[in-house]
Order: sequence, then structure tokens, then C-alpha cells
Amino acid sequence: MGVVSRTFYHFGRWLLLMKQGIHRPEQWNMYARETVRQMYDIGIGSLLIVGLISIFMGAVAGIQFAYQLDDQLVPRWYIGYIVRDLAILESAPTITCLVLAGKVGSNMAAELGGMRQKEHIDAMEIMGVNTPGYLIMPKLVAAVIVIPLLVSVSAFVAMAGGYVATVPTGEVTGPEYTRGLLAFYAPYNVFIMYVKSVVFAFLLTAVSTYQGFFVRTGSIELGKASTRAVVISNILILLADYLIAVIMTA
Amino acid sequence: MSFGDVPVLKGITARFERGRTNLIIGRSGAGKTVLLKILVGLLHPVEGKVWYEETPFSELAGRDLRNIRMQVGMLFQGSALFDSMTVEENVRFPLDMFTGMSRGEKADQVNHCLERVNLAGSNKKFPSELSGGMQKRVGIARAIVLNPRYLFCDEPNSGLDPKTAFVIDELIQQITRENDMTTVINTHDMNSVMEIGENIILLYNGALAWQGSREQVMHSDNDILQDFIFASPFLQRLRQAALDKGSR
Repeated sequence: MGVVSRTFYHFGRWLLLMKQGIHRPEQWNMYARETVRQMYDIGIGSLLIVGLISIFMGAVAGIQFAYQLDDQLVPRWYIGYIVRDLAILESAPTITCLVLAGKVGSNMAAELGGMRQKEHIDAMEIMGVNTPGYLIMPKLVAAVIVIPLLVSVSAFVAMAGGYVATVPTGEVTGPEYTRGLLAFYAPYNVFIMYVKSVVFAFLLTAVSTYQGFFVRTGSIELGKASTRAVVISNILILLADYLIAVIMTA
Repeated sequence: MSFGDVPVLKGITARFERGRTNLIIGRSGAGKTVLLKILVGLLHPVEGKVWYEETPFSELAGRDLRNIRMQVGMLFQGSALFDSMTVEENVRFPLDMFTGMSRGEKADQVNHCLERVNLAGSNKKFPSELSGGMQKRVGIARAIVLNPRYLFCDEPNSGLDPKTAFVIDELIQQITRENDMTTVINTHDMNSVMEIGENIILLYNGALAWQGSREQVMHSDNDILQDFIFASPFLQRLRQAALDKGSR
């Protein structure tokens, strides 16, 4: 099979999996409990790494922009403005979701793949459980709710990171940085951030769960599925990032 | 049934009887697991049908399929217990998912099933804390917790010592009789064949090679069956001795 026909094959198979998954739950409380568990795992489990990455993203953006402003006529308070818009429009949704594709996505693929290999999924199917519904849908719902919240945290922490890196070092004063943060504020940019984070969350979860659900036997296959989950998620996130930028800023 | 162009099962017609332990036996690669997976609906036959009494199981979908599946219990070769759940949670899972029972009723049913497999008091243990034989017994408890009419066991003795394997076989047979279930066991364990094989089908290269009971095994002149059951010279001598003793 060529690349194009393989892509269509997997897309069709994924659509059928989603169709199977969308159904009335056997027990609402079991699905709700699973969704909350996934929300906790994705949200609380990723808070530290998202915080760390975001503070450094903001810090680096602040310092590098301050360096670019040396001997320029552009006012220094622009540092806060640039850090804010960079965080909201790009670094918070995109970089955070690329990192989450590695952390959460590979974890989802490995979890489902392990369940497939240990016959847990077969056991549930024989019991009569709708496995795509019970094992995939709670992850999708949890990711689409929690990842935008993580992206919001990331944006705030990045702005704080920019402050920590530029104000104590004398690149810009505190009031100047704050003035930059408040300047030219466009709520539409925040809307773009949330659109991106929801789309990226859906993509990374859909790809990772698909890869894990259909994993074949053997530890090598499990590793390959996790790797494919991360690589394909990252490519699709970047592609979607470009398309959203084109569509929403045209 | 075929995988790609390779046929795995060819023209098998067999009937499994209620209240008895039905065995599917055969060498590795004979198609036992594929047949079992077709019987429980994990694989779909290219041709032919699977009937559960009057119901064409292999043609069902949606709610009808789910209704039949709730009457099916299965014990897996590796037990397939959920690692992150305790013994109690594993056994309770089908009750949580499919019944509207109260917490107390569920606890009673779980304890009843655990007592039945001689694992009373193991509720709070995790699968990783149990031996292979105990994991199989938890698997049996989970398989029977919804009082199924059909029980399928995929190599229930694999990886167990002969004594523990015998305990598992005996337990499956007792539960089958008590609940009047149709039990189908996929095995290549000769002790199981001779101890609990009330209705046996032998697969050879994906086809049905022989069908009968454990009593008929000793006297059958089917070469494939004799090659399989009495594979070693020791067992062949043992069979000959038993036949000689019987003829005197």
C-alpha cells in the first residue's frame, strides 16, 4: 500500500472506531468516573512539566526580545507585549500540546496497547462492554476539557517567566513590563488560543488512542505504536497550527 | 476462516453440550484459539455460522449481541485481570458495568463468587500479589459473576503445575454442573482431556479430525488422535498396558 492509500485506510478505520465509540454508555457513572480519572491524570499529572516549560519559554522570549531591542528605537515595554502575544498565540497552545503529545499521547498509546496485548480489551468485549466507547471516549472528553486549562496556565506562567527573566536583570522595569502586558490586548487572540488547544487536544488523543487500540503483539510493536503516536500527533498539530493561523488571521 | 489467503479453519461443524465440559484439543497451530475466538465473537467467520441454541450469534450486532455477550463468561490464558484494580474490583467490574445492583448486593455477589473459587478474604489484593493459580481462580470468579449460561476457557492450565492445574479443571467442571452451563475449554493438556473431557473435539491442520468423549479416547483407532494424546513412548506403553489389562 502506498502512503496515500495507507493514510486513507487508517483514516477510514479511525472513523469506524469513532462511530463505534459514540453510543449510549452502559452505565453513565462508570464512564463519568473514568473521565474524571483521565482528567486528573492529564491535568494534575502534566501540571509540573507544563509549568516548567512555560516559565522557560517566557523567560527566553523576554531575554531574546530584550537583546533584539538593544540600540533600537522601539520602547522597552514592548517586551511585555511580545511575550504576552507570543505565549497566547503560539507557545502556550502549540509548544504545550507538542510536549503533551509526548507525555500524555505516548502514555495513552502504551496504556491501551498494553491492555490489548494482555487481552484486557478482549475480556471487556466479551463481557459486552463497548470498548471504543469506554476506553477512548473518556480520554477524548477529558483531554478536550483539561488541555485548554493547561494551556491557560501555560500562558500565565510564560508571562510570569518573562517578568522573572527581564525585570530583576534590569532589562525592563516592572511597570514597563506590566504596561506591555496590558497594551494592544485583543480578546480574539485568546479565542484563537482556545480553538488551537481544543483542536490539538482532540488530535493528540485521537491519534494516540487509535495507535494503542490496534497495537499488535510484542513489546517492539508497543514501542513502535507509542513512537508513531507522538510523531503523527506532532505532525498533525503543526499542520493544524498552520491551517488555524491561516484561517483565523486572514 | 482464513487470515489473508491462508485458510486457518476448514469446514468445522461441532455441537457443544449444556451441563458438560466440552474440550477443543489439538497441537499448537491447529486453530484452537481461532475457533474459540470465533465462538465468542472476537473473530468473524468468512463462511458458516455460530449458533447459541436458537440464536445465530455470528449474525448479531448492537444490543442483541450485547445481550448474548452478557450471558458469556470467559477465562483467558493469561487471566486478563485488570492490573490497576484489586481482586474485588476485578470481579465486581461486570456488575458495575451492567447491573443496577446496590453496593451491598454487589459485595454479596462478589464474596459469593470468591468463596466459590476458594479465595475468600482476598478482596483487597492486587493481581500482582497473587500466584498464577490464584489469578486463574479470580478470572473464573469474574467470568461467573453475572451467572453466565456459557463459559469459555482458553488454556486454563497453561503455566500451572499439575496439581494446581487439576484443581482448576475440577473447579471448572463443578461450576459447569452446578450452574448447568455450556462450557468450552481450549486445551492441549492431556490430564484435562482424561479428567474432564466429556465431549472432545480434536483439530488437526484447521479441520475437525475426531470427536468423542474421554472414555472413547483410549479405544479409538484414529491415528491423529493417538499421535496427539499418546505422543511420548512412555504414554504409548501406558496405553498399551491399560488396553492389555482391559482385554484380560
